[in-house]
Amino acid sequence: MPVIDMSSNPQCERQHHSPVKAELVVVNANGTLKNVFVWIKSGLPSGRWPQPQQAARLDQNGCIYQPHVLGIMEGQQLEIFNDDPVNHNVHAESVVNPAWNESQPPRAEHKFKKFEAEEILFPVTCSVHPWMRAWVGVSPHPFFAVTGDDGSFSLKGVPPGTYTIEAVHEKYGRKEGKLTLAAGGSATLEFTYGG
Amino acid sequence: MAVEKASHQGNQRGLYHGGLYRWSVLLAFCTLLLVVAGGMVTSRDAGLSVPDWPLSYGKLMPPMEGGILYEHGHRMVATTVGMLTIISMIWLLKVESRRWLRILGVVALLAVITQGVLGGLTVLYLLPWWISSAHASLAQLFFSTTVAIALFTSDWWIRGPRQIGEDPRYPVRGLSLAVPVCVLAQLFLGAAARHKAIGSIYHICGSPIVTGVVLWVALRILLHYAENRELRAIAITLITVTFCQVFLGIAAYMTRIAYADAVQPMPLMVTFTVLHVAVGALTMATSVALAILIRRNIPDSRVEFSRADSVAAA
Repeated sequence: MPVIDMSSNPQCERQHHSPVKAELVVVNANGTLKNVFVWIKSGLPSGRWPQPQQAARLDQNGCIYQPHVLGIMEGQQLEIFNDDPVNHNVHAESVVNPAWNESQPPRAEHKFKKFEAEEILFPVTCSVHPWMRAWVGVSPHPFFAVTGDDGSFSLKGVPPGTYTIEAVHEKYGRKEGKLTLAAGGSATLEFTYGG
Repeated sequence: MAVEKASHQGNQRGLYHGGLYRWSVLLAFCTLLLVVAGGMVTSRDAGLSVPDWPLSYGKLMPPMEGGILYEHGHRMVATTVGMLTIISMIWLLKVESRRWLRILGVVALLAVITQGVLGGLTVLYLLPWWISSAHASLAQLFFSTTVAIALFTSDWWIRGPRQIGEDPRYPVRGLSLAVPVCVLAQLFLGAAARHKAIGSIYHICGSPIVTGVVLWVALRILLHYAENRELRAIAITLITVTFCQVFLGIAAYMTRIAYADAVQPMPLMVTFTVLHVAVGALTMATSVALAILIRRNIPDSRVEFSRADSVAAA
């Protein structure tokens, strides 16, 4: 992974004790891929799914977005924090949902944003610090996850049925797999990316 | 063989205003700096680092950190160029006796105002490609206008042309306009590619066509009208600038490919791209100067014939 050069803004650089690596491709120790957004693309019964009461959180900390990939439901609040002593602009580069670009100075109030339409994935960027990039997936239901340090994902509470599961990575793109889930059972699906 | 003859305009040194000329050169130089500053904004991906306009983070002077340095710096240079253009127009209106040049001063001011508004709109509407490309292309036209004003206000221009007749076997007056038109089209394709409206392939394919047109006209000047020093100089300048531009274009493209996976703009890529934009502006201005000098030094023989006919009829 390439190291980020933060010298254009020393206040960002000072917040890190070691070089910061970009998260474009993060291969875990077990050879799996981190930061892959996984969701049920089709097969769910139609209807509205309850939204989480809690807002999803996107931090700007050390001039890095945390988390790097984030899933939220349609209409769910996204709370955006600026924990840095520097100005950021937050640019949601959504295509289906209206795009927006707003400044967020240090010590400014948190921003609350909503996305009302399904859109997987779109980048959120900061032009003050062009290495800053997060990815947001807006799902119409709560069955989505992002792979972590062991490359696994888990979708809980899924009703029985046959589904198309999609995995989306910012560099390696989209993969699909089929899965049938019996009542009260569980199933496993593995995605393999080449390159 | 073209024959050089004395100027019809004679000596018009009374038109020359040294201060106005030096101001016009300063305006053209600052405009080139503005083009460089604009190129830095795009190459550094800093176009949206200041989300508001006309203020920056609600202030006249935000903290100049990260991308804000480039975006707000661009706005500051633009404001300076706007001020210089206003003074230039007032100066031209006050002392210049050539009406068309006074009008050109007003056109320059209108262009820089339009340019500022386009710059603001592209920020507020999140860089739509057509506004951004129009902003980039008008920048090139405005720079050419400031160079033309510097040319027209120079002592050298006012001393009058050394005209030569057009060789009917090698006409060049009509071709003269083809060069700036082709260069402008190529610059627009480049701007559209930079703003991701089209692929770079269109700009790359346009390059040999524009280079061919430049060579065609410049070599025709050098082969058939070289006895005119002004035409010879501008043709050599255009060939030199064009070849530099082609080299910089190749270098900019290669660095973009080399750094395709980079998570931030890399210094070498930024350097070549900004130089490509700046020399693109110089190519445009030189092509405009070439067209102007061709049409000034090689009079339209049809007009002369028609005047002669009128005199004969009288």
